[in-house]
Amino acid sequence: MTITEEDIYTWLEEVKDPEIPVLSLVDLGVITSIKLNDRGVNVEMTPTFVGCPALDMMKSEVLEVLKKRGIENVTIEVTFRKPWTSDLISEKGRQALKKFGLAPPPSREVFADIEVLEHAICPRCNGIDTELKNPFGPTLCRSIHYCNHCKEAFEQFKPL
Amino acid sequence: MDELALKELLYKMADDLLILGHRNSEWTGFGPLLEEDIAFSSMAQDKIGQSYALYSILHTLGEREPDTVAFTRNGNQFHNSIFVELPNGEYDFSLIRHFLYDTAEAFRYEMLSASSYQPLAELSRKIRAELRYHTLHANTWMKQLGSATEESIGRLQKSLDYAIPFALGMFEASPYEKELITTGVFGGEQVLQERWMKKVEEIISQTSLHVPDWKLIQPVFGGREGKHSEFLQPLLDEMSEVFRIDPSAEW
Repeated sequence: MTITEEDIYTWLEEVKDPEIPVLSLVDLGVITSIKLNDRGVNVEMTPTFVGCPALDMMKSEVLEVLKKRGIENVTIEVTFRKPWTSDLISEKGRQALKKFGLAPPPSREVFADIEVLEHAICPRCNGIDTELKNPFGPTLCRSIHYCNHCKEAFEQFKPL
Repeated sequence: MDELALKELLYKMADDLLILGHRNSEWTGFGPLLEEDIAFSSMAQDKIGQSYALYSILHTLGEREPDTVAFTRNGNQFHNSIFVELPNGEYDFSLIRHFLYDTAEAFRYEMLSASSYQPLAELSRKIRAELRYHTLHANTWMKQLGSATEESIGRLQKSLDYAIPFALGMFEASPYEKELITTGVFGGEQVLQERWMKKVEEIISQTSLHVPDWKLIQPVFGGREGKHSEFLQPLLDEMSEVFRIDPSAEW
């Protein structure tokens, strides 16, 4: 049986973002290229934020999953050639975030102005009467908001 | 392309980020409110991560490993501006420095997004996007506290007056300025400084603060050529304490 690049993508769905365990790396959009060659596979990854501390863990889990599938010769290159933006999160990923209680990021089209951060939609009640409490949150990729409708604090995956 | 010129540029930028990142991290656990504690800690993480990415580019150009470069050099081998090594002081000074520094960084990385040196252009596009959160944070607090009470306005004004000569030191010209400009690597400190001054004036004009007369200010230079204040070496000693005790330690 021949392994295809599609297979690798499917297998890598098993690797989740260590900080958001419902979101796979594929749906997060940080796997930017997979190339098979005679010797093995070359994976290109890019971090969500440059200082993301989860990157090393993600790399070692990618290696582990591929090893489990019998692919020993894996090279992982971290590059900014195709930088990550929040628009790379798949529709499936966005749904997973919302279910997890994290507001998915608004698309970059509406993110021309950073003021859009002020108007996150509450992932619990879909309320739009919300306030930005802090553009920085528990991880680099999250901001903190408050919903005036359901009176609960919530977090948003930051648009970038 | 002149590699010396490129390395000088990368080192000063990376060192600025590493040192200010470390200063920011000193707010962890001490922020005046929880949100600010989180904000300065997050910005520390961003900046140290960005410095790592720049040291990694330097590594591809033949320099030593990022950790070695970050933790084993002496003060006179660092090229950060004196501005970023100054102690945090009280929150008013940290906020003013954050505002002045990140306003400059936003323009620096915008300019570098068009750099002829591809790895730097790619990384800069990424860093530039992240910096929007830093400037958003700085501007929000500057506007709020810069027009709030007599005490907040007075404190910020005093810190601003103190900080401006050091802030101008960020734009100390490199000996390679001309090469960098003609090869399209970087548009130069002078252009950057002019854009920065305009933006600083624009934000300050929305507050009760005033910008000191630029013409009367003597910039504090020296950092870019390794001449630092008495505050850098103790900071480096603290930063590298664990590394020096056990270079193979992992945590």
